[in-house]
Amino acid sequence: MVNEPTAVAEKRSDFRFPDAPEEEKYSVCVHCGFCLEVCPTYQAWGDENHSPRGRVYLIKACAEGELPLDDSVIDPVFTCLDCRACETVCPSGVQVGALVEEARGQVFYARDAEGKRDPIMRFFLRGVFPRPARLRAIRRLMRFYQRSGLRRLARATGMLNVLPAQMREMEDVIPDIGRGPAIDVLPETMAPKGEKKATAALFTGCVMDVFFSDVNEATARVLVRNGVEVRVPKGQLCCGALQVHAGDRDMARVMAKRNIEVFEQSGADYIAINAAGCGAALKEYPELFRDDPAWRDRAVQFSSRVRDISQLLVEVGFDPPKAELPMTVTYHDACHLCHAQKIRYEPRSLLKSVPGLTLREMPDSDRCCGSAGIYNLTHPAMANELLERKMDDVPAGVEAIVMGNPGCMMQIRLGVKRRNQPLRVMHTVEVLDLAYQREGSR
Amino acid sequence: MRDVHIDRLVDIVGERRCLWRPHQVKAYACDGYTAEEGLPRAVVFPETTDEVSRICRYLYENDIPYLPRGAGTGLSGGATPTGGEVVISLARMNKLLAVDFDNLRAVVQPGLVNLTLTRRVAHADCYYAPDPSSQSVCTIGGNFAENAGGSHCLKYGVTTNHVVAAKVVLPDGDVIDVGAPFGDAPGYDLLGLLVGSEGTLGIATEITVRILKKPQALRTALAYFDRVADASDTVTDIIGAGIIPAAIEMMDQLAMQAVDKSNYHVGYPTDIEAVLLIEVDGLAAGVDEVMARVVDICRRHRVREVRVAQSDAERALWWSSRKMAFGAMGRISPDYIVQDGVIPRTRLTEVLQKIDEVSRRYGLRIANVFHAGDGNLHPLILYDSRVPGEAERAVRAGSEVLRACVDAGGSITGEHGVGIEKIGEMTYMFSEDEIDAQRAVKSCFDPKGIVNAGKLIPLPGRCVEVKRAREIIEENWQILNSFPDQASVQVRGAFAQEPGREASTSAQG
Repeated sequence: MVNEPTAVAEKRSDFRFPDAPEEEKYSVCVHCGFCLEVCPTYQAWGDENHSPRGRVYLIKACAEGELPLDDSVIDPVFTCLDCRACETVCPSGVQVGALVEEARGQVFYARDAEGKRDPIMRFFLRGVFPRPARLRAIRRLMRFYQRSGLRRLARATGMLNVLPAQMREMEDVIPDIGRGPAIDVLPETMAPKGEKKATAALFTGCVMDVFFSDVNEATARVLVRNGVEVRVPKGQLCCGALQVHAGDRDMARVMAKRNIEVFEQSGADYIAINAAGCGAALKEYPELFRDDPAWRDRAVQFSSRVRDISQLLVEVGFDPPKAELPMTVTYHDACHLCHAQKIRYEPRSLLKSVPGLTLREMPDSDRCCGSAGIYNLTHPAMANELLERKMDDVPAGVEAIVMGNPGCMMQIRLGVKRRNQPLRVMHTVEVLDLAYQREGSR
Repeated sequence: MRDVHIDRLVDIVGERRCLWRPHQVKAYACDGYTAEEGLPRAVVFPETTDEVSRICRYLYENDIPYLPRGAGTGLSGGATPTGGEVVISLARMNKLLAVDFDNLRAVVQPGLVNLTLTRRVAHADCYYAPDPSSQSVCTIGGNFAENAGGSHCLKYGVTTNHVVAAKVVLPDGDVIDVGAPFGDAPGYDLLGLLVGSEGTLGIATEITVRILKKPQALRTALAYFDRVADASDTVTDIIGAGIIPAAIEMMDQLAMQAVDKSNYHVGYPTDIEAVLLIEVDGLAAGVDEVMARVVDICRRHRVREVRVAQSDAERALWWSSRKMAFGAMGRISPDYIVQDGVIPRTRLTEVLQKIDEVSRRYGLRIANVFHAGDGNLHPLILYDSRVPGEAERAVRAGSEVLRACVDAGGSITGEHGVGIEKIGEMTYMFSEDEIDAQRAVKSCFDPKGIVNAGKLIPLPGRCVEVKRAREIIEENWQILNSFPDQASVQVRGAFAQEPGREASTSAQG
């Protein structure tokens, strides 16, 4: 009955690939359980397996050879939204997000080794997102689809019914795709208005630039307006967050190396990013290179320059808009801004600086909306439950829900569409840009 | 693979609310007390009293051991399966069933989180007083089982003072109502017996509690002391002066270090021995004056600095820092055991010295975080389970600390329950006759002795009874043995040879 210490040593970890969850990360957890009540999946099911503490415990058990890397570990690890709300409350500072991502890496490589790879997943992770030319092609096709009448035809003929319900709905809320991605449309260098305060290289991102290139353009305008020279390195790639979240750490490293090189060459003081998920990924690049000292140092250097747009504007100092923008808005804290990057105050201070604008806080504004990368496609039931709760929390009388992440913007657009509410879904920087534009027309 | 018993449980709750594969139930191997673990046979998630009753009846009739579990934040192993029990998780029974604001009563399901109740009645200026440190996570059902306390229990009392009635599923599945929402129920005080019975006598499925009106005003002070003795004397003098603060909490330097490394950083001086967090509440007209007297008493005891919170944010940070202190131990140690001893307030300095002496003798660091006003100590014994022998040393050190509390005229638990952690010390605190009386109560409710067995009340210690108990267990072992993998208990450390532990481990066969 007594567990001999040697028995543990003889057991073999089922984490057989490099980059496994690290002992110093899971051994920090003292199992106190403070994380349970902020975890969206535990709140929904009340199942310890789907709590942060449970996931860390299972990862530890797997590392110590007590459990095989089977569905008992894989399901909880992939049901995690990676929203990091647990990290905000954890008194011991357990890096649940990193542990979950590392465990997903083990699953990804194990499936590869067993020849059980998911072709669709691999196509997107390796075939699309790391390849700018293909992203541009997809963007052009979607723009053509939206503008040519093909969309109306597709809807009228019921052709879209072949898609799963969640994707069909998503198709419906894709914003109108602009003329070109910001990475192509914006010039390589934009001179600041007035006295130069700093230079920032703009990280344009993949999803952001396919669906929300307007936000990228607004970001550049707002920076220029505030005395920041903007550079747009043309050789940059997608940040690799989707790869990290799915466990494809090798591909993520390839992309990270390219980005580090490109942004080193840009010579900018800051790397400006307007997508919360990408911002967190860029700031966590050193995690990807923990076994590679040379690249780790470069990653640390790179990450120290990364700023979310709201953070950057507050840091270099921004001009409060002079024109009135009479609007009542509420703010949704994207998980990767508030939990992963600890940015809560800055976006609110930008919004509050706009004359005439009223910010009405929503309850639990930092609870995940269910978007979580492609989670809303892989786990629609849970994602929908979270979206419903989010929409319930929107205060009455607001005209717009403001946030700082494209994934959340898509998800909340879906929520607005379902409820048929007259609500705009906006990026924080778009609100500011709108206010600045009104200055000119006074 | 799946036996007929699991099929029957699935008949009651459905496929999705029953976990039974060995790997699926691994996450239920322990609660907040991690020094001992065991695998449950299954975990079921009922949603109604009727489901709980049907589950209990079935398990009882078929001699299958079981135990209830709330959020699993207990610190004495009360929800740890030690012999392949079925775990009945009440996490999904988390509704606030009714609130009567005029009469200040709320009816809740056991899985409702403690702080959630306060949040749900806050709009009417009400709150639920018992506030364990884990109040943001722990459930009222769990508080009921453990008779949980909390920082504000100095003035307001522990869980038993706030529960007035309950619907309870008895071990064999019968459902009874105990207590009375208003007034005192005639007959034996069964409610008093059930609160704090650690899930060994039944499962409360509807709990009627008092809610209180929020005090008009409160003031919170933080006081730094160079010497523990000065802080202790301050506590004694405040209460001796006729002031009953809403809370007086103390932390020592090691605890300050851990929590200052966390998100709840206050920035305590690194060269003080103790910090006191003192809160007074009451009518707006009086609190400032009471706080002034408290500050004055601190000054008379060589306080280095005493500050009164200037904003809600400051007060909230001080409280988070105190309440998250246990969880922050991961910053300075991979494992810890938190003890829960009670002593007369006046003997604080002396017992803390004794704890310090135990710490040095065992070569283990001990941090202290506690409800100083109640004399309720929480020495956190830090250890590393990966170092051979450390877990056992930590358990022995804890045992010595508890015995020191009893020797000082106190108790082995103030609010965490006995569970498996302190079962050995029960015989130190109570005579054999006193324990026999408790066993007799247990056997009235649970003649088969299968409901959360091996917790709270030690099994008979006399030779002949141990022998008889072994025989009974061996006769019934067939039942447990049908799932050899799941029925095995893992004990991190060699507890088997320890006299107090023998009873509890032998219960598993």
